[in-house]
Amino acid sequence: MEPLRKHSGLVYPLNRANIDTDQIIPKQFLKRIERQGFGQFLFYHWRFEDDGNPRQNFSLNEEKYRGTSILVAGENFGCGSSREHAPWALQDYGFKVIIAPSFADIFYNNCFKNGILPVVLEENVVQSLIEKAEKEQYELTVNLEEQIVQDSTGLQESFSISSYQKEMLLNGWDEIAVTLRQADKIDQYEQKLVKN
Amino acid sequence: MDKPKTIVDKIWDRHMVHQEEGKPDLLYIDLHLVHEVTSPQAFEGLRMKNRKVRRPELTYATMDHNVPTIERHIIKDEVSKTQMQTLRKNCEEFGVSLADIDHPDQGIVHVIGPELGLTQPGKTIVCGDSHTSTHGAFGALAFGIGTSEVEHVLATQTIWQQKPKTLNVKVNGELGKGITAKDLILAIIAKHGIRFGTGYIIEYTGDAIHSLSMEERMTVCNMSIEAGARAGLISPDETTFEYLRGKRHTPKNFDAAVEDWRSLATDEGATYDATVEIDAEEIEPQVTWGTNPGMCVPVSASVPSPESAGTSNEKESIQRALEYMGLEANQPISSVEIEHVFIGSCTNSRLSDLQKAAEIVRGKKVKESVRAMVVPGSHSVKAAAEAEGLDVIFKQAGFEWRDAGCSMCLAMNDDIVPPGERCASTSNRNFEGRQGNGARTHLVSPEMAAAAAIEGRFVDVRKFASPAVS
Repeated sequence: MEPLRKHSGLVYPLNRANIDTDQIIPKQFLKRIERQGFGQFLFYHWRFEDDGNPRQNFSLNEEKYRGTSILVAGENFGCGSSREHAPWALQDYGFKVIIAPSFADIFYNNCFKNGILPVVLEENVVQSLIEKAEKEQYELTVNLEEQIVQDSTGLQESFSISSYQKEMLLNGWDEIAVTLRQADKIDQYEQKLVKN
Repeated sequence: MDKPKTIVDKIWDRHMVHQEEGKPDLLYIDLHLVHEVTSPQAFEGLRMKNRKVRRPELTYATMDHNVPTIERHIIKDEVSKTQMQTLRKNCEEFGVSLADIDHPDQGIVHVIGPELGLTQPGKTIVCGDSHTSTHGAFGALAFGIGTSEVEHVLATQTIWQQKPKTLNVKVNGELGKGITAKDLILAIIAKHGIRFGTGYIIEYTGDAIHSLSMEERMTVCNMSIEAGARAGLISPDETTFEYLRGKRHTPKNFDAAVEDWRSLATDEGATYDATVEIDAEEIEPQVTWGTNPGMCVPVSASVPSPESAGTSNEKESIQRALEYMGLEANQPISSVEIEHVFIGSCTNSRLSDLQKAAEIVRGKKVKESVRAMVVPGSHSVKAAAEAEGLDVIFKQAGFEWRDAGCSMCLAMNDDIVPPGERCASTSNRNFEGRQGNGARTHLVSPEMAAAAAIEGRFVDVRKFASPAVS
């Protein structure tokens, strides 16, 4: 996994609450056995008409949001299905940071396994970020090391994150390799199971 | 005396492999259920790093999401076919047991785990599927994980978990006549919202919960994720033990196991981080009207109006949902006509679900404008239902009688609701496009779905005359 320490990028605002993983990546794309290539299907039915042409009224299709890499959305982002295809699609499309007032649990965890940083900020702060990015091109810098979100006009918001998840992302570690450092503990646990 | 503990504390402590300041806990996993959709990339990850499945005997696979429920062997979609073949190949290569499409144990992963006795009190159970919470009905700690975590559990038989807070959802009193477990969980989510469980493990307690059958408890725990909870469980009791007695994979010394399981129940006086109480008597049959499971009203009520919303965001979300669903504000939910009925899914496809739905349709006919299907949760549910003649009742009424799988719950196979059409569904999610692009889903109980099939619209099943009671 690619480490993520600090990221600057343009904001894509998606002012909706409860965006579920069925919307992020619809089920017909879950049949693939690869991890790559899901970006083209991101928000598929919001982005595309039934004939496959881009929908005029969906903002991600607007020129001004081309090349955005920080998604800012409403509360409970990523609710529903556990499909890791959702962060795969977001990551493959080019999003590295997602900012929301709250995230669904499984989605939040899945982000860290894929080099995406989910950032929780207060609802009113998120709303103001959305308003700014809706008005004009808006760039943010997210510094994971210092746990700060900044813009060029003086905005500075700190966020919290567990030290474990922070470390995993900063180093881009393979979690299985980290766990296998505790292999003797797992062996001991299993030996105890056999005895009981 | 030791401090009273919740069942969550007890299961957590028993599974602690490693604990360290500033890190989540490393927990041992007793049962890992695997299906074709969320596992191929995990097995591929193992292969790339030359890793093995640490405990293949604690891992159990089936195929359910993609499988056709009719003409079982004609899989038209090549990508689906590849995904199923990939599971077959992976299970063989890594030594994992597989209930393949023709296997008598095949079925929806959350139906077969309990059926085979793999699901047991006190176990830690994971699966790359959010409805793994179903197994909590047995007093197991069961939760859905992503594919990277599937790979992690395959390789290490453990998972890193920050211990969630505990939420006691206490259901007092007794459910009214004709009120189901599905109505109960929908009403809980409607009342408290689809985020109230986020960050928590829910323990369902109270008289109304402990008088439910195991299959009803599975319906309740199944939808814990729709409230945002990490898991949902119920302390095991005599109902749990009786269900498990004689099941294939239960411990040989069953009575000793029961003694141990009994000790897992939450202690008298244990405290939770939060508690909500619900009065079972106030619950009516429920119907969802919108695009998440919390957008739900009693069958006697009307669809809400955006004007009733507290905030502008909420107003917008009601507006959007009404538009997607093709409904008018303040329209009585009983006036909504449906074109499809789906009885199935890991929420409501077990034998008792089918028995109750069959009671409603016995001797009646599905309305001409409605296409209705029953998809049993497993091969063995199907066989048991056929042994009782339920298939005949459904078929005579005009239902299609299918083979086991996830089917129209998420429409990954050919069981799809066409754009703009409306389905009364016993499944768990009414998200946009869930049952097909543009499809409109209303979540209900099996009884309500059966009655809707006959009437072509939602009716209060308590007033619906069935030959058994008239």
